[in-house]
Amino acid sequence: MSNGKLHGVHAPHRKNTAGFVPERMPVPAVVTIPMSQNIGAPAVPVVKAGDEVKVGQLIAEAGGFVSAPIHSGVSGKVKKIDTLVNSAGKFDKVIIIETDGEQTVCESVAPPEVTDLDSFIQAVRDSGAIGLGGAGFPTSVKLKVDPAKVEAIVINGAECEPYITSDTRTMLDDAEAMLDGVRLLKKFYGVPRVIAGIEDNKPECVEKLRSLGTDIEGFEVMPLPALYPQGGEKVLIYNTVGKTVPEGKLPIDVGVVVINCTTLAVIAKYVATGMPLVEKVVTVDGSAVANPKNVICPVGTSMKDLLEYCGLKCEPKKVLYGGPMMGIAVPDLSAPVMKNTNAVVAFDEADAVEPPATACIRCGRCVNHCPFSLMPAAIEGAYNRGDGAALKALKVNICMECGCCAYICPARRPLVQVNKLAKAMLNKYNAEQKALAEKQAAKAAEKEAQANG
Amino acid sequence: MDNTMVVSVSPHLRAKEDTRNVMRDVVIALLPAVVASVIIFGFRALLVECVCVATAVICEWAFEKITKRQNTVRDLSAVVTGLLLAMNLPVSIPIWQAIFGSFVAIIFVKQLFGGIGQNFANPAITARIIMFIAFSGTMSSWAVPSGIGSWLNADAVTSATPLRLLELEQYEDLPSVAQMFLGWRGGCLGETSCLALLIGGIYLIARRVITWHTPVVYLATVFVLTALLGESPVYQLLGGGIWLGAIFMATDYVTSPPTPAGKIIFGLGCGLITVLIRVYGSYPEGCSFSILLMNILSPYISKWTQPKPFGGVKA
Repeated sequence: MSNGKLHGVHAPHRKNTAGFVPERMPVPAVVTIPMSQNIGAPAVPVVKAGDEVKVGQLIAEAGGFVSAPIHSGVSGKVKKIDTLVNSAGKFDKVIIIETDGEQTVCESVAPPEVTDLDSFIQAVRDSGAIGLGGAGFPTSVKLKVDPAKVEAIVINGAECEPYITSDTRTMLDDAEAMLDGVRLLKKFYGVPRVIAGIEDNKPECVEKLRSLGTDIEGFEVMPLPALYPQGGEKVLIYNTVGKTVPEGKLPIDVGVVVINCTTLAVIAKYVATGMPLVEKVVTVDGSAVANPKNVICPVGTSMKDLLEYCGLKCEPKKVLYGGPMMGIAVPDLSAPVMKNTNAVVAFDEADAVEPPATACIRCGRCVNHCPFSLMPAAIEGAYNRGDGAALKALKVNICMECGCCAYICPARRPLVQVNKLAKAMLNKYNAEQKALAEKQAAKAAEKEAQANG
Repeated sequence: MDNTMVVSVSPHLRAKEDTRNVMRDVVIALLPAVVASVIIFGFRALLVECVCVATAVICEWAFEKITKRQNTVRDLSAVVTGLLLAMNLPVSIPIWQAIFGSFVAIIFVKQLFGGIGQNFANPAITARIIMFIAFSGTMSSWAVPSGIGSWLNADAVTSATPLRLLELEQYEDLPSVAQMFLGWRGGCLGETSCLALLIGGIYLIARRVITWHTPVVYLATVFVLTALLGESPVYQLLGGGIWLGAIFMATDYVTSPPTPAGKIIFGLGCGLITVLIRVYGSYPEGCSFSILLMNILSPYISKWTQPKPFGGVKA
């Protein structure tokens, strides 16, 4: 089944920081490390107030199978274990550490013994790695698949969001680590093809990985058109190996594993040094930022510290985790950098204010730009009518919320917001339908029992 | 703590084009045809155009004021409707009839159905058809091209459109192909100059306001079908109003399907109906009727040509 060429939008690139080698900011006085950084169960703190911690020390263990442990990126003293409201609007435990500025490395940091697939996956789990493209899915869970099923591994270096260049810097500055990661994957999965998909607006990354990776058999670097959302997982799979991941299925169901390039570098570094994922390269940019930069900071650094380090032109009116197409707006600057934070974008008033929505003119741009060929305007209509059956038929559940529809809409309709609400409405509808079917089945069974009795 | 930050759902970045820009592009694309209409029919053409636009804008503003709806005059859609209607009128149209037509287009066809985006039929086309039936005399009295030098020539010499001449078999009066392409012939204000309309169409396609599908398929269908039916395909292509219809009316967002496949079917349908009316019907021209009929079918075409969701599984 082919969908032809997937649609998308030519969002502006604004990769202002692509040429900026990441610089390490001074250790902030306090870091706030949330327990819900990954998709799945939150991590569970293993330290308490008053404990001394060092860089690389385990401070929270995985809270379930779909979870990841968390390590400290600073040395200092645990001030408090608190509960705060996070940017998703949910209560979340946080470990607040007062730093001592020494950055003493923990004695436990030592290269793990990696001899086979199981020990490799264990190492990935112990590294605290999660999907660093933004999704935050625990990498060890993703990699726990039967190697025989894996036909291709796709490395996501698309970095299609405007502004963000942290993956670009990984591919340029940590290319060796990333390729070591490729070698590990080749070794333990015996996979014939490893494809690095990179948007063609980063020719220097394509060049570098091509020249350094010539010795790896089956490794190829594939430049892809800079068409947002090239880095969406299903989009990338389709555009690299030509496979369509069906609704409700995972990439592994079509024999593919996708891994972000920075995640892969983190894993390789952990295998080499034993230093888990405790700090991030974060692109700091946007119209409110005086000196856009790539900054290396420990996980838990507040956006306030990060933005102050880069300087502000004005009071930021909207600040995002990530880029402008899918980034999450935070209510205040106390929000901390998390493992999967690849950028902090701060906008001035002009960029922050949402343009007023006007009536849909049925131009069809949302339909003709949706990568998944959905019909956002029709979904909005069905949502407004409260029509669960129509939402089911329109497949709103497939929507990845990439934002192409709302980006391109000349009437400025909040189509992603409506899709999010429509998904909730569809879930409720499905639950009601299920309950109804169960009730009818129970009634029928009862009738039958009476007839037989 | 600073609590004045904006929190909203992504995306936090929007493309530059909004509804107003789209409508402004349509007006810009119509300017060559406006200039051509003045060159061909004199300054009364400009008067008719101004009257239609002004009436449309005033009606839109007044209706929204009275019904306490959001004012949409600024989105320029009423300007487009007024201008398109004027393009569909003869230069000699009485001013009160032009005002009436513009009123019908905005109030009855657009606003009473809910305003922009809600009308099922193209306002300008529908108003033209109503006028055509209500004022059949003045609506089918075509001034001969009198040139820019003529001033307000409401009493100009009238002639027939090339299509009418073909029907009457008055071949000796037919304009040349070059005259027709440039627009030097009897007809509606904006329909005669294929060259001016083509320039506007290329602009709209280049600006991605419209796609090539509907206009190309519509014109090609008329050309091929009339050739097959033994008519003169060149005169059929250049002698009526289908360039205006195909480029500016059949591509109206609200009343045509959104996908390329849908647009191709829409263009095919318009071409087919136009030819059937021209060849077998009693009217020399069938462009407006074909677009109106396809407007009515548009929701169904949209449904038939609904794109298949990526990786979607049948429920």
